[in-house]
Amino acid sequence: MTASTDRVSPLENWTARFAAASATPVQFSIREVAFATHINLRVDAAAFGAKVRAVLGCDLPVVANTWTTGGECSAIWLGPDEWLVVAPDGRNESFCADLRTALSGVHHAVTDLSANRTMLEIAGSDARVALAKGCPLDLHGSAFKPPQSAQSLLAKSQVLLQCVDANPVIRVFVRNSFAAYVAEWLLDAAAELAASRNLDTPRIANRLA
Amino acid sequence: MSGTAANIARIEGAGKIDRTRPLAFTFNGRKLQGYAGDTLASALLANGIHLVARSFKYHRPRGMLTAGNEEPNALVQLERGPYTEPNLRATEIELYEGLDASSVNCFPNVQFDLRAINGLASSILVAGFYNKTFMWPKGFWKKVYEPALRAAAGLGVAPDSPDPDTYDRMHWHCDVLVVGAGPAGLSASLQAGRRGVRTVIVEEAPEAGGSLLQRPATIDGVAGTEWASKAFAELDAMPNVLFLCRTSVFGYYDHNYLMAVEHRTDHLGPGRSPGVARKRLWHFRAKRVVLATGAHERPIVFGNNDLPGIVLANAACTYATRYGVSLGKCGVAFVNNDHGFALALETQAVARNIAMIIDPRPDPDDALVKRAAALGVRVLCNSVIATAHGWNRVSSVDICPTRGTGLARLECDHVLVSGGLNPAVHLYSQAPGKLRYDANLACFLPDQCIQTVEVAGALNARFSLDSALEDGALAGKRTLHTLGQAVDAGAPAEAKDELHILPVWSVQAQLGLKLPGKHFVDYQNDVTEADILLASREGFRSVEHTKRYTTTGMATDQGKTSNVIGLAILAASLGKPIPEVGTTTFRPPFTPVTFGAIAGRDRGSLSDPVRTTPMHAWHVDNGAVFEDVGQWKRPWYFPKPGEDLHAAVARETKALRTTAGVMDATTLGKIDIQGADAAEFLNRVYTNAWTKLAVGSCRYGVMCRPDGMVMDDGVTARLADDRFLMTTTTGNAARVLDWLEEWLQTEWPELEVYCTTVTEQWATTAVVGPNARKILKALAPDMDFSNAAFPFMTFREGVVAGLAARVFRISFNGELSYEINVPSWHGLALWRAVIEAGKPHGLTPYGTETMHVARAEKGYIIIGQETDGTVTPQDVGLEWAVSKQKDFIGKRSFSRSDTARAGRKQLVGLLPQDKAFVAPEGSHLVASPERSTFDPRLGSPSIGHITSSYYSPNLESAFALALIANGRAMHGKTVYCSQGSGLKPMTVTDPVFIDKEGKRRDGID
Repeated sequence: MTASTDRVSPLENWTARFAAASATPVQFSIREVAFATHINLRVDAAAFGAKVRAVLGCDLPVVANTWTTGGECSAIWLGPDEWLVVAPDGRNESFCADLRTALSGVHHAVTDLSANRTMLEIAGSDARVALAKGCPLDLHGSAFKPPQSAQSLLAKSQVLLQCVDANPVIRVFVRNSFAAYVAEWLLDAAAELAASRNLDTPRIANRLA
Repeated sequence: MSGTAANIARIEGAGKIDRTRPLAFTFNGRKLQGYAGDTLASALLANGIHLVARSFKYHRPRGMLTAGNEEPNALVQLERGPYTEPNLRATEIELYEGLDASSVNCFPNVQFDLRAINGLASSILVAGFYNKTFMWPKGFWKKVYEPALRAAAGLGVAPDSPDPDTYDRMHWHCDVLVVGAGPAGLSASLQAGRRGVRTVIVEEAPEAGGSLLQRPATIDGVAGTEWASKAFAELDAMPNVLFLCRTSVFGYYDHNYLMAVEHRTDHLGPGRSPGVARKRLWHFRAKRVVLATGAHERPIVFGNNDLPGIVLANAACTYATRYGVSLGKCGVAFVNNDHGFALALETQAVARNIAMIIDPRPDPDDALVKRAAALGVRVLCNSVIATAHGWNRVSSVDICPTRGTGLARLECDHVLVSGGLNPAVHLYSQAPGKLRYDANLACFLPDQCIQTVEVAGALNARFSLDSALEDGALAGKRTLHTLGQAVDAGAPAEAKDELHILPVWSVQAQLGLKLPGKHFVDYQNDVTEADILLASREGFRSVEHTKRYTTTGMATDQGKTSNVIGLAILAASLGKPIPEVGTTTFRPPFTPVTFGAIAGRDRGSLSDPVRTTPMHAWHVDNGAVFEDVGQWKRPWYFPKPGEDLHAAVARETKALRTTAGVMDATTLGKIDIQGADAAEFLNRVYTNAWTKLAVGSCRYGVMCRPDGMVMDDGVTARLADDRFLMTTTTGNAARVLDWLEEWLQTEWPELEVYCTTVTEQWATTAVVGPNARKILKALAPDMDFSNAAFPFMTFREGVVAGLAARVFRISFNGELSYEINVPSWHGLALWRAVIEAGKPHGLTPYGTETMHVARAEKGYIIIGQETDGTVTPQDVGLEWAVSKQKDFIGKRSFSRSDTARAGRKQLVGLLPQDKAFVAPEGSHLVASPERSTFDPRLGSPSIGHITSSYYSPNLESAFALALIANGRAMHGKTVYCSQGSGLKPMTVTDPVFIDKEGKRRDGID
């Protein structure tokens, strides 16, 4: 007896709704980026960052709430000794194994979390405003731009935000079980901004850019 | 009457309304007309309608007292059906086409209100009336008095259908937040905006201008309104400035966190902006705040000072200059300060209807007196209005000299009153800022604040236009300076504006005479001077107590026109200076905020996250009934057509013990614990020992708090020498992780341990029952499921249904049981494969209810059900899992006298003698059915309570788990379950009901 080996992402059934909400991508677009490799890494970066770099090709950021990129990976700061390594789909097992080998004898934790979260990528002039409706952080273009990231709440869900482009393109990392809630919430926020376009949406978006 | 055209009180050529855009509206069923730019209040007055409301307690006729947010009287019910909203201030409602409003709190109508008879009974409706009157008989309060009083005293009517509007929220950060766009606020904003700092300006009116909209003014050679429009245009064009009109800041919290509600579509009428959120709740975090909230004019207390037609001077001036509305043909003004005097003259300049100014001062400002003469207004100094007369509208006033006696009656149809100015200190006070009383200006002013806030304009006692503009600019500069901008902050201007005020709080007190009529202090709550004096006589000394006893300032207007007067009257009656009595505390919200705005977008499906597992779609498709476990939706049971909970659970439970069951166990918390000291760490947080656990094996563990009480439990597996996978109860997953981190970070930083939550990485399918092994064999032909190769409490990794999986042989029900873990993205596929493989073996999906029944049949506890924070591991029979050797969190507490004593409540099983009796969980148990001989009303005392209770088809009986004092010594005895009128006998048993020998968990190889 075998099962389908096709993977199912938390927001697999949302594609059509995402496409509809992304009709004018200059203003707003949203898509799920599923199945990327997510590795939670805990280690003393000051002492052993070089060992990590040798595996990932990427420096671990030491400035709080920032991310770096290198090789196939980006590394997002989560805490003084904790990072989320994001890499292309399918690299989870080899990177985990290589990191464990490189860090053997060193106090560390390498945990494959690729199936723990999904990512929503939102972009467009309304993206910051949509997030500002539920995120208490300062999302102004001068305050939240690459290479910044943040762990916060979006409405009632814990999220990790990564600003990958100032234009903006923002990635919202969310745990699987909260993904539908966050997706519904973002679509609702974007719909309100679209309905208010003649009232105040461009004015507010412009002032958060 | 044709009705719509009449605008009989409109002043030709005056006002800033748009006379090319007439708007039809309805008030109390009457069809009327106003213009774009009107408020409901100004449109009503333009139609000659002064009587718009009845008062709260006495149902006295009331009209507009003000033209702004401080209005205590003119509360209306706006619109009907789902859009209806009660108790809105007519002075703040912008007129729109088709507006439909009605008076609140009157029966049968506002012209003739039957409950006005309360006014005749007013000698008993005094302060403390409710407390004094409705004391007896005791039972009457809830059934008779309260419903009757509520019906009589209520304001508007809450809507009874769902709100069709949507609401929104926004978080916003800025360098400078300016509250109020009057001259001072605009002046400060221009400083900040031009410097390029991130600035937000919040104005509650539809447009900028503040006092410039209320009276004629000239700035830099242009009209004040024009200056304000230009300032707005300049600021609104700046990309660094967010200018929000129709937005009211209602709360000022710590760290310059301010909240405001923006009324985005109210002025357009209901249902006309589909998809647009009606209100938006703004959460501001500002580095600096400038408050330029202006000042409220206050009334003077005299006889019948609440009659329609008696308005504040500022309101009369606003109605004339902004709305082109005259309040009558013959007005008198009663003012005690230059500011009010000037407002009366400005009103006269536009409306030409002020006959006389009555002023208690001997010597009003010369220039003002001359201007009065030029405008044809008589000035009567050394005089006061003693009492007003009229029926539904003021028709005359009695005038009295401040020294001597003798009343003169003067006919009039409206009265302007100015008793001084109260700077709008509400937000400043919330900040919290301290206030000081300025005896010269007879008002409370901002003094010191612990937050970084500047005050400007009338709030800062700069009442004249020039000084407000200057003060605003200075506040802006000081703010920029503290932000590190190269701005010369300059020296604060010292000179305050003079009001030349002669404080007259109450005319009766001023004259030392008892005057006829009612003398209102708080219009909205119908509190009179007599009520405050009574409270004082009855011994109330504190302003806070007097406020609550008399209800002064406790209405929805928060006493904006009444607080200061009330405390001044109290102070005078106590013979104390005003500062010694002090003010009451100002609290948010400054103006009422609707629940819709507060709820925002957290409604319906967005009210709370609904967490689902990867297998959720299958559960839905197969008819699962769900149970909320925290935010998770878990299948509760899977009914077949026609089955109820009991039938479904009976079938599921039976299947689990005779064939096989399958459950989605994904929601259990999972924590990956790594590091050289991981085993030692577990030794410390769990009550049992972990160092010797072999890799590949699992162990059940109990966690206690330092007080020795059970906190959580679960099975933990050793993945490697330095790596464990801990499971927690579903609801405690986040709490346990926090708990582990707290101990690691604060108590044991030397331990090399990292904890990572992996709850959602894995989807877990539990296959349970005698046929479980057959099903697993079919799914994973390459794995050996024999007891020898894969014993109980171990795990194996392998390929299950073609997917890489980790299979645990653990059991929460006493049956042979396998929990298959795959990455969550394969969860649904694995589940479907299991269902398919189970078909020949009677595999039945089951939910949490069957899980509960099955575990209870085995006496397994559930955290939060058998435990409640007062239960030790020993109490629930887990002493086998408590180490005697090593130390762990909670160990020392086991030697406390209370935790060590005999006779504590212990976990037992109960079998009802009536097998169909499923005792309600939480029921108390008594040892004897006898009643107390001491007091026959009493039964025997409770010896414990039922923690879990179900019907078991396997036992063919109801059964329960319970905590009973000294329960383990009571096996075989009968206890009684207190059940409504009777007592149900139940037999105490061992808590393990099924398979005491534990043979079932190994199944048949």
